[in-house]
Parts: sequence; structure tokens; C-alpha cells
Amino acid sequence: MSAQQPAASGTAPSPTRFHIVTGKGGTGKTTVAAALALALAGKGRRTLLVEVEGRHGIAQLFESGELPYEERKIAVAPGGGEVFGMAIDPELALLDYLEMFYKLGRAGRALKKLGAIDFATTVAPGLRDVLLTGKACEAVRRRTSKGGTRVYDAVVMDAPPTGRITRFLNVNDEVAGLARFGPIHNQAQAVMRVLKSAETAVHLVTLLEEMPVQETVDGVAELRAAGLPVGSVLVNMVRPVLLDEETVRTAAAGHRTAVAKALSQAGLGGARRGGLAERLVDPLLEQAREHAERVALEKRERAELEALGLPTYELELLGDGVDVGGIYRLAHALRDQGVR
Amino acid sequence: MTWQTPLLRVDPLLADPATRIIVCCGSGGVGKTTTAAALGVRAAEQGRRVVVLTIDPARRLAQSMGLTELDNTPRRVEGIDESAGGRLDAMMLDMKRTFDEVVLNNADPARAKAILENPFYQSLSAGFAGTQEYMAMEKLGQLRARDEWDLIVVDTPPSRSALDFLDAPKRLGSFLDGKFIKLLMAPAKAGGRAGMLFLNAGMSMMTGALNKVVGAHLLRDVQTFVAAMDTMFGGFRKRADATYRLLQAPGTAFLVVAAPERDALREASYFVERLAAETMPLAGLVLNRVHGSGAAQLTAERALSAAEQLEDLAAEEEDEGRAEDGTGAAGGTGDGAEDAAGDGAAAEDAATDGATVSGAAVDGQELSPESLAAGLLRLHAERMQVVERERRTRDRFASLHPEVPVAEVAALPGDVHDLAGLRTVGERLADGRPAVT
Repeated sequence: MSAQQPAASGTAPSPTRFHIVTGKGGTGKTTVAAALALALAGKGRRTLLVEVEGRHGIAQLFESGELPYEERKIAVAPGGGEVFGMAIDPELALLDYLEMFYKLGRAGRALKKLGAIDFATTVAPGLRDVLLTGKACEAVRRRTSKGGTRVYDAVVMDAPPTGRITRFLNVNDEVAGLARFGPIHNQAQAVMRVLKSAETAVHLVTLLEEMPVQETVDGVAELRAAGLPVGSVLVNMVRPVLLDEETVRTAAAGHRTAVAKALSQAGLGGARRGGLAERLVDPLLEQAREHAERVALEKRERAELEALGLPTYELELLGDGVDVGGIYRLAHALRDQGVR
Repeated sequence: MTWQTPLLRVDPLLADPATRIIVCCGSGGVGKTTTAAALGVRAAEQGRRVVVLTIDPARRLAQSMGLTELDNTPRRVEGIDESAGGRLDAMMLDMKRTFDEVVLNNADPARAKAILENPFYQSLSAGFAGTQEYMAMEKLGQLRARDEWDLIVVDTPPSRSALDFLDAPKRLGSFLDGKFIKLLMAPAKAGGRAGMLFLNAGMSMMTGALNKVVGAHLLRDVQTFVAAMDTMFGGFRKRADATYRLLQAPGTAFLVVAAPERDALREASYFVERLAAETMPLAGLVLNRVHGSGAAQLTAERALSAAEQLEDLAAEEEDEGRAEDGTGAAGGTGDGAEDAAGDGAAAEDAATDGATVSGAAVDGQELSPESLAAGLLRLHAERMQVVERERRTRDRFASLHPEVPVAEVAALPGDVHDLAGLRTVGERLADGRPAVT
């Protein structure tokens, strides 16, 4: 993605091709990853959205059946670009890997039967993570033919949450103790080269609330310490500011009667003491106070995010929950903010 | 129609001496840890000796309970009103340390040393997908055995899926029973490398393949690890089973925690079904961050249409003002009419478009009572839309699980990070119906 300069960035696609989307639980990581994959699928472009946690979140979002372990077209972007989706399964990824490098067709299946695959992917999470990131990296690097064009213009990964992301991506360190040399070691090195390159960016999804912002700040520090490329901050579920603190204070101070009269004028009952309109004033002012408190808190959280010095994008709260239409709206909002 | 679910009464649950364990479970980001902490504070101040076991709490919430270090031992929480004879301890789970303790307590020193130093053990203890869940269960078993507390409140790990928590003991069991482990064990049991000779051709092809893929040293590490762990496997499974039975026992109460959002309630729904299937005692659903309104009789539609009327009035007044100033009455009125028409067409978006109201205030201009009232009404309309949406998601859950008691906790404007905040959450929990504001 480009920095937040919609006008200056024009229509040139960004050099980042591998977008890793993380965020605290409940911040809408999967939704944002899907919207990003759609936003990046400009005219004539093709993107791949991958998930790695076996939750079938992508399938639920796009209202399709569960995604198989293969790349399948899930959406067409308004500009004509295509979005493919895939759920990476660690066991199948290991078999894939065995097949690709060792042509272990039958022996691979025998391994699976014996529970060896299960063993290898559960006993050592580092191994599992290498397989998951390795499969995504393979898609990033894949070309139509030797020396041909890239199959995908961008790959977006719905990654594990912020608390686990650095560990998940820092596969080299994780595997170093287990595989000091040999093919797994080499694979980890190759994955790491892609992850630390200029082609990769890790984006953090957050809400304008204390805990998610704190986790974002901590996550950015951890990623930076590990030498992983931090991309941008995506603020999700942003709610509109309807009244600010100042206005609420004025209202509460001396305009109660005038407000009651205005409500009455709009046909909401009598303005006299105890009248229907008069009785609305207190609860409405209380709601306004809560709103103002929230606006003030959001302002503080925004300032904390700004201090990170990262490009920041904002996505509105989708009132009625997220459906396919909502993802297109969010993708549109991202493009409006200069995402290419 | 609104489904009337039974009310989850938290205070009787906390007061009942038969309640020994409360497990808070649910998907990530729904306020599980806060709920567990608030229950702990409330129970302690009502006279129970409570320990709260949390897993990876947000820093400020941890600080609110005096948890500044992750040392895997329960610490007394300061600032609790202990006049009713209760007290509160809290601890954060250190997964690796708990695992180490298990090894040290269950293997002779030489074997324990070999296990702790094995690279596979280090990887497994730090990050195996089910380790956190399993270790939480292990710790729960330990705390229960100490008999120092009459109530243990457990906050479950932030799993990718709420179900991981229940699956962990079984998964570990089936993993340890796996054919592959047995295969790996075979040569070790038959006397190290010599045992390899007894493997048939297929198996040696398999180990050969595995050697190629992962490297021979890695396979050797695994074999050493499995051999060293072998003596402990029985103990592991036994304790996992014991904890599982403890969870099914009458003294345990599960609380499924959710927020009134589609995804969180879907997870909650899975969880309720799963608990039933495992005959785990479900006490009810805690629905956090529920919105209400003190003016609920005024619907979003009416509020919006009244807001529009008032905005028209305000615009007219403004135009009249301009006319008096002699700034072109005809043009002004025309603009006003157009604006009003535009607003009407965009009635749907109008609730989320308050630029006019706040913009005017930012300019330092005094707002007319009409504009102010219109702003309040738009805000109310937005609130009512939220209330309505939450009601629909909650009703959907209620129609699927009409028997599950529900306690609704009214939303707080900010996060909770002190004991006072936890007490407020506790009060709202005990109240069970969203406070009308």
C-alpha cells in the first residue's frame, strides 16, 4: 500500500506484494484482509486472499462453501480485477511440500496415515508456521512460467492475531533450534528472505479503543525489533462524530428549556415540565454525554496511533454487520484513501 | 418479537458455597478477562476466598489487580473490601513454567533434565497450539488440589476458536496415543539403533523419507524427546482426564461470554452446544457491552424525521436572518429548500452524517436550540439503531437456545482498568438487565 497521499500516489500500484494482516481478536481482521484483497484487485489485476487458522472465515464472509486447499476465485472487483481465496491447511501443506521436493506420493500418504504429519505439524509449531508462511510465499513468488509474469499481483494473508504475529513470522528463529541444517532449515531461510524483503508489509488492524490500540503499539514495537517490515495501521469500525464535547456542555448548561421547546416543535410532545418532549431532554443529554466521552477517548487513541508514524487508513463501522456488500464498501473506502 | 430468556442471576451463583469453579469462555475480544476479574472482585467482597486465574490479560487490567509480574503464583489483590471475610488472589498463567513444573514433579532428576534441554520440548512448551489450554487445565487442577480457596474463577485462553479449550486435553491424549509416537518409541524401546533393524521395509522407507525431509538430527531429537517423555505420558493423560471430570462435576459453572455481535454470538452458540454435548454444566451467557436508551419509546425513524424538521426550521431561521441583513433573500431561500430536499433523499445516511452539527460547533458559532435538538435526535437515532441491531442478534441466539439464562452488561464508555471499574461491571452483571441511561 502507499502512504496516505491519495492524490500524489495516483494509480501506480505499490511495490508491496505480500500483505500480512494482523490485529487483536475482535477487531475484524478477516473482514479487513478481505477488503484489502478486493481493493488491491484493480483493473486487470489478480489477488490471492489466504487464511491460515482453519476458521473458514473467508468462506463465511463471501458466503461460499468452505474453501478447499486450493486457490479458487471468490470475487470479482468492480474494476474487473479478480480475487482468489485459499485456506492453507498445515497438514496438506506438508504433504504438498513433500510431494514438491521429494516426489513422496505414496510414502507421504503413509506418513499421514501413521500420524506423522499430525505429529510434525503439532509437536513443533515452528515447523507448522514455516509450512503456512512457506505456502503463501510460494504464491507470492509464483510465475506463469520461468521468467514469465507473476501469477498474483498481490497476496493478502489473514494472519494470526497481534499477540502471536511476530513469533509466527519469525520462523527462522523458531526453527533454528530444531532444524539447524537440512531442507526445513533451507525452507525457513527462503521464507524469511521473502518476509524481510521490500515486497512484504505487515498491517495492523485496530479499533479506537484502549486495549486494541495498546496491542497495536506493542505489536509494532515487536515487529520492528524482529526486523519485520511494518506496513500500515488500519483503523476499523470507526463511528461518526455527531456531537462534540463543547456542544454537549452548552446544551447541558442552559438550553434545557429551549431544547424541550424545539423537540415539542418537531411534534414530539409537550415542552412543559413533565410533558413528553420535556422528559426526552435528560436521556438525550445523557446519551450525548456518553457520546462526547467516547469521542474524547477516541481522540486520545488516535493521537497514540499517530505517534507510530505509520500510514493510517480508516474504515467505517458497518452498522448491520459485515456481508459481501459491506466488504465491497470497505474496499471502495480503501481505494478512496489511495490503496492500490 | 422479543424472546424472553431466563435471567442469569450472578449473585446467587457466587454466594452458593457449592460453586467451586467458574469458567469464563468465549471468543477473543468480548471481555472474558474483565468478566472473570469482575466476578472475582464481587465474590471476594461478598465473603468468598477467591482466586482468579487469568491468561494473558491486558496490561492495565492486570495492573488493576496488582499483577505486575508473571510469576505463576497467586498474589493477594490489594484494595479489596475484606470485611465480609473474603479475599482475592489473582495469578497470570505462565505456560512454560507450568509445563516445567509438571516435568520436574513427574520425572526423576536426570530424565527431567534431558527433557527440559531437548529442543523439541522447548518448542512444544512455548507454543504448541494446545499447550496453553492444557496448561490452564493443569493449573486449575493444582489450584483446586491446594484447597486454599473456595472459589476459582478461570479465564480461558484467547484461542483461535473457543472450542480449543475443551479439545486440548483430548487432543493431547490422542496425540500421545498416536501410532507415530509408538513407532518412534519402538526403536528406542528395543535398544536404540539396533531396534531399527526390526522395522519392516515400509517403515524404514518412511523413516528414511522423514530423515530426508526434516534431517536426521531432528528425528533423533524427536526420538530422544519421546523416549524421555514416555514415563510421563500416563500421568499426563490421567491428570487431563481428572481435570476434565472436575469440569463436569456439579461444583463447576461455565459462563459463556459474548458481545451482542453476530460473530461473537455465533461462537457462543457453538460453545453452548458443545458444552451440552460434553455434559459440562452451563450456568448461562454473559452478554457484555449491551446498549440501551433512556428514551427507548422514541424510535429511530421518528427521531430522524423530527431532526429533519428541526433542521429545516433552523435553515429557514438562518435565511430570515440573512434576509434581514439584506444579503439576498431569494437566493438564500432557494438554497435552503434544495438542502432540505437533499437531506430527505439521504435520510438513510443522515443518521451517520453529523458534519453540519459538529462543524457548526467547531466554528465557535452558537448553535440554535433547533440545531442542537436535531443533533441530539440524530445521536438518539444512531443509538436506537444499535439497540435494535443488538436486539436482533440476541433474539437469534435466544431462539436457538431459549433455555440458556442470560445476563446483559450495559456498555461502558471506556475500558476498565481499576478495581472501581471492575466493581461497576460486577454490579451490572448482577443486575443482569442493561442499565437504562
